[in-house]
Amino acid sequence: MRKVFACALFLLLATWMTTARSDLVISKVDRRIDLTSHIVRVLSTLKVENAGRVVVSEILLAIPNMQAKNLANLKAFYNEGKGKGSAINLPVAEVHPEGMPRELSFYSISLHEGLEKGKSLTVNVLTIFTHSLQPFPEEISQSDVQLVVYQDSAYYVSPYEVKSQSLNVLLPGGRVESYTKHPSGKLVDSEIKYGPYEKLPPFSYSPIVLHFENNNPFVVAQELVREIEVSHWGSIQITEHYNLAHKGATNKGGFSRLDYQSRSYMGGRSSLRQLIARLPPRAHSIYYRDDIGNISTSHLWGDSRKTQLEIEPRFPIFGGWRTSFTIGYSLPLQDFLFVSEGNRFLNITFGCPMDEVVIDDLIVKVVLPEGSKEVSVSVPFHTKQWHETKYSHLDIIGRPVVALEKHNVVPEHNTYFQVHYKFNNLSLLWEPLMLISGFLLLFVACIAYMHADMSISKSSASYIAKLQWDEVQATVQQVQNVIRRCLSAHEKLETSLQDLSRTGDVQSCKATRKIADGLLKELSKELKPLMGFLQSSPQAAQIWPKVEELVAKEKEMQEKLMQKHVAVVDCFEKKYSGREIENRVAPYQQKLSALKQDVDDLLDYIDEI
Amino acid sequence: MGAKAGSSPPVVPPPASSATSFFPSINGLKLKTKQQELLIRVSILALVYVLAFAIRLFSVLRYESMIHEFDPYFNYRTTLFLTEKGFYEFWNWFDFESWYPLGRIIGGTLYPGLMVTAALIYWTLHFLRFAVHIREVCVLTAPFFASNTTIVAYFFGKEIWDSGAGLVAAALIAICPGYISRSVAGSYDNEGVAIFALLLTFYLFVKAVNTGSLAWALASAFGYFYMVSAWGGYVFIINLVPLYVLVLLVTGRYSMRLYIAYNCMYVLGMLLAMQIRFVGFQHVQSGEHMAAMGVFFLLQVFYFLDWVKFTLNDPKLFYSFLRIALTCAISVGSLALGVGMATGYISPWTGRFYSLLDPTYAKDHIPIIASVSEHQPTAWSSFMFDFHILLFLFPAGLYFCFKRLSDATIFIVMYGLTSMYFAGVMVRLILVAAPAVCLISSIAVSATLKNLTMLIRAKNNATPMGSSKGTASLKASAKASSFDQPLPYQRNVAIALLLGAFYLLSRYAIHCTWVTSEAYSSPSIVLAARGAHGGRVIFDDYREAYFWLRKNTPADAKIMSWWDYGYQITAMGNRTVIVDNNTWNNTHIATVGRAMSSYEDEAYDIMKSLDVDYVLVVFGGVTGYSSDDINKFLWMVRIGGGVFPVIKEPEYLVNGEYRVDKGAAPKMLNCLMYKLCYYRFGEVTTEYGKPPGYDRARGVEIGNKDVKLEYLEEAFTTSNWIIRIYKVKPPKNRW
Repeated sequence: MRKVFACALFLLLATWMTTARSDLVISKVDRRIDLTSHIVRVLSTLKVENAGRVVVSEILLAIPNMQAKNLANLKAFYNEGKGKGSAINLPVAEVHPEGMPRELSFYSISLHEGLEKGKSLTVNVLTIFTHSLQPFPEEISQSDVQLVVYQDSAYYVSPYEVKSQSLNVLLPGGRVESYTKHPSGKLVDSEIKYGPYEKLPPFSYSPIVLHFENNNPFVVAQELVREIEVSHWGSIQITEHYNLAHKGATNKGGFSRLDYQSRSYMGGRSSLRQLIARLPPRAHSIYYRDDIGNISTSHLWGDSRKTQLEIEPRFPIFGGWRTSFTIGYSLPLQDFLFVSEGNRFLNITFGCPMDEVVIDDLIVKVVLPEGSKEVSVSVPFHTKQWHETKYSHLDIIGRPVVALEKHNVVPEHNTYFQVHYKFNNLSLLWEPLMLISGFLLLFVACIAYMHADMSISKSSASYIAKLQWDEVQATVQQVQNVIRRCLSAHEKLETSLQDLSRTGDVQSCKATRKIADGLLKELSKELKPLMGFLQSSPQAAQIWPKVEELVAKEKEMQEKLMQKHVAVVDCFEKKYSGREIENRVAPYQQKLSALKQDVDDLLDYIDEI
Repeated sequence: MGAKAGSSPPVVPPPASSATSFFPSINGLKLKTKQQELLIRVSILALVYVLAFAIRLFSVLRYESMIHEFDPYFNYRTTLFLTEKGFYEFWNWFDFESWYPLGRIIGGTLYPGLMVTAALIYWTLHFLRFAVHIREVCVLTAPFFASNTTIVAYFFGKEIWDSGAGLVAAALIAICPGYISRSVAGSYDNEGVAIFALLLTFYLFVKAVNTGSLAWALASAFGYFYMVSAWGGYVFIINLVPLYVLVLLVTGRYSMRLYIAYNCMYVLGMLLAMQIRFVGFQHVQSGEHMAAMGVFFLLQVFYFLDWVKFTLNDPKLFYSFLRIALTCAISVGSLALGVGMATGYISPWTGRFYSLLDPTYAKDHIPIIASVSEHQPTAWSSFMFDFHILLFLFPAGLYFCFKRLSDATIFIVMYGLTSMYFAGVMVRLILVAAPAVCLISSIAVSATLKNLTMLIRAKNNATPMGSSKGTASLKASAKASSFDQPLPYQRNVAIALLLGAFYLLSRYAIHCTWVTSEAYSSPSIVLAARGAHGGRVIFDDYREAYFWLRKNTPADAKIMSWWDYGYQITAMGNRTVIVDNNTWNNTHIATVGRAMSSYEDEAYDIMKSLDVDYVLVVFGGVTGYSSDDINKFLWMVRIGGGVFPVIKEPEYLVNGEYRVDKGAAPKMLNCLMYKLCYYRFGEVTTEYGKPPGYDRARGVEIGNKDVKLEYLEEAFTTSNWIIRIYKVKPPKNRW
């Protein structure tokens, strides 16, 4: 376990010392290593002095390759002014300077203004490492505590001479199995202090090994695919597919639910029981599911500043166990999408919303609405980028997708990034129009089908019979219409009679009769060809007698009504008494009502055929 | 929903004249009575269509869009495979994830109708640019086909009685619990599609018999093909249709129409059915299909005799010819059958078929069929539960059918009676009876309602006449008496009866909604209970365990469990199982049963020989979940003992009683199943005031609290202990 590589490295480094640059000198280094979670955060405060003659515009940082491969983030900044000034970030780039030891990786901090001769500057460097805590023992049972090993150098490895330095290591608390006491290490509470050391030459290295208890679940998302789908109808849907593993000490000897439930202090202290996702405010339509369905163990809180989603995996995750799930939520569009100079840009966070999750491989896909153009992305750090197309509901040409991939992501990467694109609002109408026209086509097709003649043999007997029958039906309908108009004319006559009895206006009554008479004559003329057709058509044979009867009855009714009308008007002209009129009209009346009944019955009967 | 269902049946008899008074605005549009009726009919049908779909969505709304039960998981898995890999891969799929080490040829051992249907819907939707997930398609397939069934029921009802009966039938079948039980959203099983196919085939066949049209007969052959591709229940069709033809022959209703319909349907249907690999040549080789072939030949003989009779034109000569011909035909037929049976060309009836004809057969001979709860004989209460008022309307409908006997009503009567018998034999066959019961009941409802409304309408017709006359003339009050009026109480009674019918139908709607929501809408894979504070507690243990298997066991791990969980483990856990719900190999299942009921060391040898890595048991002792493995254990013993006589059922019983407490049989207390279920259970206090190790599912304190495992170790137990998974330890080093 305690590998000798560090010592070997140290020896190697010693041979390179002479070639180190000497124009810069670090007068003071304070290092704080935070080991409370499974992400290692090292904050070094360097006081750099220019002891050379020329202006220096870059500072080199050295990190041993062993650590550099786990480097997730490297940030250098200095505070403007004294005390609590605003932090100003300095650009950092990986460099490969000539004549330097190959066991070290070098990063250079570019200073905005060169450091002049004799001046000094305080720079903070934050380095974040993942996968740097090795569980030891590698396999533990459910009730054991999780012990991990951390290796580093007691001295600050630097290509420059370091005049004075100290190191503090913050531990999560609990048992400390062992730590390297040489040189001058001491344990206070849960903090191990090394130093201070004075006047160390460049590339000084002294390995230290810490073996201590860390019961944090080592949550590593081996893969996380975040899909951010922008809909200009007013929402942004985010879907995150997690592939989680617990990279701590592997569980051995099975899992006992009894111990886990009843003895919580020893039933899996290092297991992952729940995760908390901090989502933006006004997140809605939140879901949490996996390949086989919804997971019902989740809670949600929200206020105006954030939405907090607390999720529990289906089962507690012990060391070496894996799980996968998907969470999804929607955000209001106006909080994240802005317009500038005709361009639209989306401003949204990059990383995962959960605390203390290391992501080995993060893929962020931004799905823009169909028809977006001139897509460009600006991300504050280096990512792999490519474009693809996604087909969702009602897409014809597909939606442009920008995919960004980054390895080794830590919560510090959860910063905003921007996607710029152009989009015409009219494209919004495209899909509803497509739906509308689809339905329109469907209905038109239905109408066309109803009216089209689909029969194959146009000469077959049954087909011709059907055609004739349709014609007969249409004719019968016309006949019925005519009869109905006749009946309404009759009604007009009746009302005129009533008016007469009320007002005694004989002239207008006569006029009405004249008009009605004309109308009825016209109608009977109209009826003639229809009747002729029905009589001749063989298909109408069974319906013909009834129609004929109907027409006859109606004609009779007309006559009777006219007679009645004439009689009544006559009586009025002669100024007979009411009783007299009644007596005269009574026989007509009786006939009429019987006829009316017959006509109605016949109409009903024909209707039902 | 209930109100909607309740209100639609009473509107059903198309009230031609009264409709005019109901809808004055429609009258204003100058719609003819016929058009009005069409409008009402179409809108009722559309409502029923939507209703049939909507009532089946309870489970989606209450839980989620998920697949239910056991078999649907297999169907879902195969559908997924079909959509991902295409049809040919699917057809040639050899599944090594089940029946280890035998494997299973999926393409040759399943009815592909359901999967192909779902895949076609899925592909169509994707072609139309709807990016739906295949799971949603699978979940909603059954409700969609239930909706389609209502349309078929309408046309069927129209064919056998009138359009009114058709509408009632559609409304009844839309919410009939007997049908809903197998077609709620998520119940992605063969039956969901098959009932549609069954009814469609029957409808098309009846239509073919009624019209004598070759086109309809062809359509019914295709309907039959679809049915064969979807469900093993097609055997019902291929036996009922010949039986029906036989009855028509016997009752002297033989006609050319029947000849055309049956021959076309049988020959084409048979040829088409042979395209399904699982069915293959059974139509000519299996005893279950011989009735259809016999009737086919009989029809030819009939037709031939008819022709001879026509050509001979001499009764005496004909009768002697008839005698010779009949003797020849019967002897040739029986000889062929005998030779076929003897040489083994025609296989005898299978056990499943026997158990249908004789309800007690399975109990004595095939424990694996008898062990399934849905194969039990039906209790009266479940008839009442599933049919409600239909149970009373059914005989009434039969009365109407006999009163107006026709080819079509004979068919529906036969379908109703035979399926009712089968429903009595097996619970799950209530499903097959449901459409028949609905159709026959709809005849009763429709005929009754029509008669009643006729009575009321007779009066209604008279009244407006009188009033119109009153307005038309100045004085015509005395004329009204000239019409003979029905007695006043007649109309009142009719109204009362109509209200009664409305009440009954609305009760039916309420009952159906209640049953659907309470009994038939739980996915059975997620259990729900009421918590102490009235909130809903969800037990999602099954998926917890399956997902654990999927994520935290080696990809080639073999899981041994009782066969009930096989499909779910392969579909959700994505791991190889020893046995699953496709119970094709009784010996293999018996081996698992034997392992479960042996002592641990004997079981270890069996498990090693099967390469078992994990053992999964279902245990309800903590939650009081009663359908767990301890309660199923006797069936494992029985099935195991049926093949391996080492396992003897009495050894697990005490005086014929099955118990798990202190008084249990020693073999019971030490067999593998007992040990796996109760491992460390003795330390758990499940209920306040009860000793530790109190089994809530059986209500006893367990007999063996100190369970030690030697060859297995606990690998995972779900949060409510419903599923426990054990790892089989590797063999010990011998030196």
